[in-house]
Amino acid sequence: MGLHIIKPDTRIDFIGSKGKAFILSAVLILLGIGSLMIKGGPKYGIDFAGGMVVQVKFDQQVTVKTLKAALQGVDLPGLVVQSFGQADDNEVLIRTSESGISSSVLRERLNSALKTNLKNTGFDIQRLEMVGPKVGADLRTKAIEALYYAVLLIAIYISGRFEQRWFAAAIMAAVLAGGIFVLQLFGVPTTYLIFAALVITLGCCWYLKLNYALGAIVALIHDVLITVGIFSMLDKEFDLTIIAALLTIIGYSLNDTIIVFDRIRENIRSKTGDNFADSINISINQTLSRTLLTSGTTLLVVIALFVLGGGVIHDFALALLIGIGVGTYSSIFVASPVLIGFGPGSSDAEIPVESA
Amino acid sequence: MNGSLRWRIILTLVVLLLGAAYVLPSLPSVQKTALSRFLPEDKISLGLDLKGGIHLTLGVDVKKALDNTLVRVGDDLRAVARDEGVMVLKPKVLGGDKLEAILLKKEQQQALEEILEKQFNYLNVESKVDAQGGKIKYVFTPSPEYKKFFAKQTLDQAVKTIRNRIDEFGVSEPDIRKQQSSNRILVQLPGLNDPERAIKIIGKTAHLEFKMVDDSVDMAKAEKGLIPPGRELTVIRHRLADGSYSEKPIVVRSEAVLTGDYITDAQTRFDQFNQPYVSMSFNGRGGKIFERITGENVKKRMAIVLDGKVYSAPVIQDRISGGKASITGSFSTDEAHDLAIVLRAGSLPAPVKILEQRTVGPSLGQESISKGVTAAVVGSALVLIFMLVYYGFAGLVADIVLVINVLLILAGLAAFGATLTLPGLAGIILTIGMAVDANVIIFERIREEIRRGLTARAAVGEGYSRATLTILDANLTTVIAAVILYQFGTGPVRGFAVTLTLGIVSSMFTAIFVSRILFDLYNSKRAADAPLSI
Repeated sequence: MGLHIIKPDTRIDFIGSKGKAFILSAVLILLGIGSLMIKGGPKYGIDFAGGMVVQVKFDQQVTVKTLKAALQGVDLPGLVVQSFGQADDNEVLIRTSESGISSSVLRERLNSALKTNLKNTGFDIQRLEMVGPKVGADLRTKAIEALYYAVLLIAIYISGRFEQRWFAAAIMAAVLAGGIFVLQLFGVPTTYLIFAALVITLGCCWYLKLNYALGAIVALIHDVLITVGIFSMLDKEFDLTIIAALLTIIGYSLNDTIIVFDRIRENIRSKTGDNFADSINISINQTLSRTLLTSGTTLLVVIALFVLGGGVIHDFALALLIGIGVGTYSSIFVASPVLIGFGPGSSDAEIPVESA
Repeated sequence: MNGSLRWRIILTLVVLLLGAAYVLPSLPSVQKTALSRFLPEDKISLGLDLKGGIHLTLGVDVKKALDNTLVRVGDDLRAVARDEGVMVLKPKVLGGDKLEAILLKKEQQQALEEILEKQFNYLNVESKVDAQGGKIKYVFTPSPEYKKFFAKQTLDQAVKTIRNRIDEFGVSEPDIRKQQSSNRILVQLPGLNDPERAIKIIGKTAHLEFKMVDDSVDMAKAEKGLIPPGRELTVIRHRLADGSYSEKPIVVRSEAVLTGDYITDAQTRFDQFNQPYVSMSFNGRGGKIFERITGENVKKRMAIVLDGKVYSAPVIQDRISGGKASITGSFSTDEAHDLAIVLRAGSLPAPVKILEQRTVGPSLGQESISKGVTAAVVGSALVLIFMLVYYGFAGLVADIVLVINVLLILAGLAAFGATLTLPGLAGIILTIGMAVDANVIIFERIREEIRRGLTARAAVGEGYSRATLTILDANLTTVIAAVILYQFGTGPVRGFAVTLTLGIVSSMFTAIFVSRILFDLYNSKRAADAPLSI
């Protein structure tokens, strides 16, 4: 026998501490939403907001302040200069909300300003990105759609797989499609449409008693909200790779949740535990080693990515780091208690019994 | 060793060999050796963010192109009607894809509508109003099917033209594809060191026209906007000694006497002062037209107009036969060269606008790779060591299948022709962390079974069979997320989705199938009740 981080006969009362967990989650989510409201929504990078960004590498150290002074006269609206990567890389990002000028004009303006104002400093433009406002808006809509479709498909899949209720899942999909159609008739913008759809999905899960799907979806919305909130509090920007990270977090969070659910289903079938809450507790404890081990190895590599991966991938790794941490917590403290709140625990007759 | 085990080993070896065959060609040290002849040609292609290069999203102005076409349709309509004796005033293009035509005599209404029915059935009559003096004012719009067809055709032609231009420019492995739904074209040019020039070549509409200059117009009045009908004010550019340009106003007739459609070839040449110019050849019909025009307009100036700007306006000395002409403007050598490229490759059917541009220098790409690889090596080493310490022999099994797993992901990338991007690299690293998950689930289950008193051999069997369904369920949801990511994502994000999916599929194969073989081999050599290091 190798090592153990969790002793085999561990019995931690997770369900008993669901009140504390609920408060903690609520505080984190409210802080995030508060930060979003104060800052007027997520801070979009150029992928979503449009604009231009230039990554410049200097051959010696240049402070952001000197650089800002050097670029004073350049005619670029919303100019932001920030250092990038490690300190000894001497790299900066220069951003502007302008996207109407051509990249050659931008290059020229930067070149001439840097050459006249920073005479003895060599520099090299390493990366230049321009996203027009139309493309940015399209990408934003697509990103939100992607998050939404992920949630919907997963809800249907879980309802089908865990409760053998493909029919209920189909009803949910139909209600959703109908609701979206009606809202579209009234010309509701896509962003609100998606939020409406999420609410409908949650409502359907609750009304149709698709408890496993409800638990999983609540957990993953929880994870995404907290990650987005922390990103907003840290003043980080949202771009396409962050959306990729969020979708990965959704996948990871579900992965975790489903493994616990799977065990709950098995224990209910074999009548392990005194009641539903006890079965859940036993299941979480039984899968606890696995949850912590997998999160541990995943965090190991994500930390390696965060520390060594370089500036371009830094925020992506940070999002994963937060998301995987929160995802692990939510699969233990959020997803399963939801089953109790609404689930078959209220009457044992409703325990879903099926053959796999 | 029983029969089933033997077959499983053979299958695994085949997969491993295939994997190796697809990975090896991507290694630089193998590429030059004799071995490479026996291997598949697919290599892992690196994305622009790793190799350096340009990514462009071009918006094609289909509306503008449709308006241009409607002008021509209007002229055709008038000409056809005239041949049938039906009098129509020169049609006008109104905003919003509408064409207005005025029929002079009301009694010819029947005849005109027959012509429309027969030859212009793609025009719908939007309105028909009686006007003064027995005239009828028609407003036409192209039918929706025609608009759709036209948009597709315009986009196809734009893609073809851009591809021709890039081929002439000499970029290896360009990737050009259209997005029909949004009238956009995506262009990826890897490993280019002069992005600005390439962008200029792609974006040039290159609509070449020859127009007669009208020197009789008073320039002072023209600049105030007093221009006689059928004339237009434009600018002629001169290259100055320092390489910059000055522009002077010039008045030309609006109607082009000849367009670039008749050009068959264009080359850069040098005159006796070593000044570059562009020499063009016309096809037979163009040559004849050119000969007639030059014959009719001796001693007059003819303007060579490219995208609305006059490049030069030489005086025609004599009738020019033989179908050759030159643009002597004032160019740098590069400019003359690029102009020849766009003339040869044909003009774009519609103006294009750069909606999105991402340029990554090759040095940054190199740096990204080396940092990504370092992160991957360090991350994997940590995971490998951890598993070995925590699970003992079983950890070794997990480590072996993890290495196989990475090999298979790389092989999958090469085999599917997927592009490895920076987020893709991150996806591989992430997969390494998550890949052990399936093994952890199985091992924890085996430990539980052993605690319940099963022998090692029985516990392994029970552990695998109980864990398999859990693993499938858990991973399928991640695959759903990855598939959606692929659906909506562009460029780098897609690369991430592909590696994530490949990673999940191959980790399920290695963790459920391959690691089981290793356990079975290990157990088959030992007594049935020997303890298991797990």
